[in-house]
Amino acid sequence: MRRVYLDHSATTPVDPEVAELMMTYYTEKYGNPSSVHSFGRETKAALENARESVANLMNAEPTEITFTSGGTEADNLAIFGVAEAYSKKGKHIITSAVEHNAVIDTCEFLAKNGYELTILPVDEEGFISVDDVAKAIRPDTILITIMHANNEVGTIQPIAEIGKIAKEKDVIFHVDAVQSFGKIPVDVKAMNVDLMTVSSHKIYGPKGVGALYIRRGVRVIPRVHGGGQERKRRSGTENTPGIIGFGKACELAAQRMAQDAEREAALRDKLLEGIMERIDYVKLNGPRGENRLPGNLNVSIQFIEGEALLLSLDLMGIAASSGSACTSGSLDPSHVLLAMGLSHEIAHGSLRFSFGRQNTEEDVDYVLEQLPKIVERLRMMSPLYDQVKHSKTQKANAL
Amino acid sequence: MYSEKVMDHFMNPRNVGEIEDAAGVGEVGNAKCGDIMRIYLDVEGDIIKDVKFKTFGCGAAVATSSMVTEMVKGKTIEEALKITNKSVADALDGLPPAKMHCSNLAADALHEAIKNYQEKMQNA
Repeated sequence: MRRVYLDHSATTPVDPEVAELMMTYYTEKYGNPSSVHSFGRETKAALENARESVANLMNAEPTEITFTSGGTEADNLAIFGVAEAYSKKGKHIITSAVEHNAVIDTCEFLAKNGYELTILPVDEEGFISVDDVAKAIRPDTILITIMHANNEVGTIQPIAEIGKIAKEKDVIFHVDAVQSFGKIPVDVKAMNVDLMTVSSHKIYGPKGVGALYIRRGVRVIPRVHGGGQERKRRSGTENTPGIIGFGKACELAAQRMAQDAEREAALRDKLLEGIMERIDYVKLNGPRGENRLPGNLNVSIQFIEGEALLLSLDLMGIAASSGSACTSGSLDPSHVLLAMGLSHEIAHGSLRFSFGRQNTEEDVDYVLEQLPKIVERLRMMSPLYDQVKHSKTQKANAL
Repeated sequence: MYSEKVMDHFMNPRNVGEIEDAAGVGEVGNAKCGDIMRIYLDVEGDIIKDVKFKTFGCGAAVATSSMVTEMVKGKTIEEALKITNKSVADALDGLPPAKMHCSNLAADALHEAIKNYQEKMQNA
């Protein structure tokens, strides 16, 4: 059976070039970068080279990069680190309703422990209003944390404009760029970003590696204490094969970003058009055009439930994801879709396809061949679709 | 995550559809929480002669609906009332823990349909 992977926002395969390089640092160049001997020195050099590659892809200085175990740890380090370091200035934090749980849950934890939280709403396409950010800033605001691109609906936030306001008001600005880094241009200087979270496994690097950009002069209290690695910001022997793999993945992303984005956007648009032509009662979630991640498509297919769709697609070899409650592990569907004003019913029927380097036109054709059959089958079973069918026939009869 | 039986009932659901002028119809759940189950009964004497279902929901919701229709066909009302959500789940070789409370409502839908049938009989 054909297998089509359309879940690259969840994770990507490791690029073979990356995997090959990493293997060297597991079996041959295994020295601890803190060691003075030649084994340590050769690893240290490669580690610093990787730091430069990560920094280059966001226009930062290598010394401003702190490696972590992934995006979640970087988000935690940024938010807790700033909250603790600047608590004398104030205890107010601004975030949005569509952040990843690594940000939302961290902020909410702080809100239960003496901090105050403002959660900004989004419009129906998932955009935060720059005006809302400006209005939410108070004298005791110490941190604004807003994502660059949304993981579910691909909405790209006006980060540069928010960064400008944060700078004017002297508030630290953290950006979770896990979904955008390596896929669209990211420039910490042009965007006036103080802290930025990035992750390796979303861009064909290994899992278990991420980084936090910390602008020179911004204070962050460490969460992990020990041997003082990463300029004392994150102790623990560095995951050298992983970090070096991440560095290589950044170099490849820098070379391929423009062509990948163009290809993936074209495939995404072909899939969207095909779905709209073949299936009725479908709603696109998130914006069209430039302010959407090139590889992201999110649609709600009415009258059916997302997990049932995913199971059926999986049986045909197609991997996607959904914002339905059943796949979120809670009783509520995606907080992102609800924040965009979707009803629970429509949010339960959401389906996300995220494209990557290996996807082809044939993949899209295959999905377009299978999906309408699956939707038809599930709708036949759905009591919600009955009502629509009946009103359709009534309308047709009336005409 | 799902047993083979669940997947079989999800992919090849038994007794999907409606019964016109059904003796009893029961519906539970709501679209807000992502599950709606509707069960139609045809009763002759005291025997459930035919049963059909329509379900909006996840794999477990569809599979439990399908299973309950199989379990109840040809049974008496009294026997049908003894079927519980748990016995439906057991007949499917179990459900993941998270599904036990949210999507395991098929016996409730069946009992609603029986209640509806009994009310109709009383009013008739």
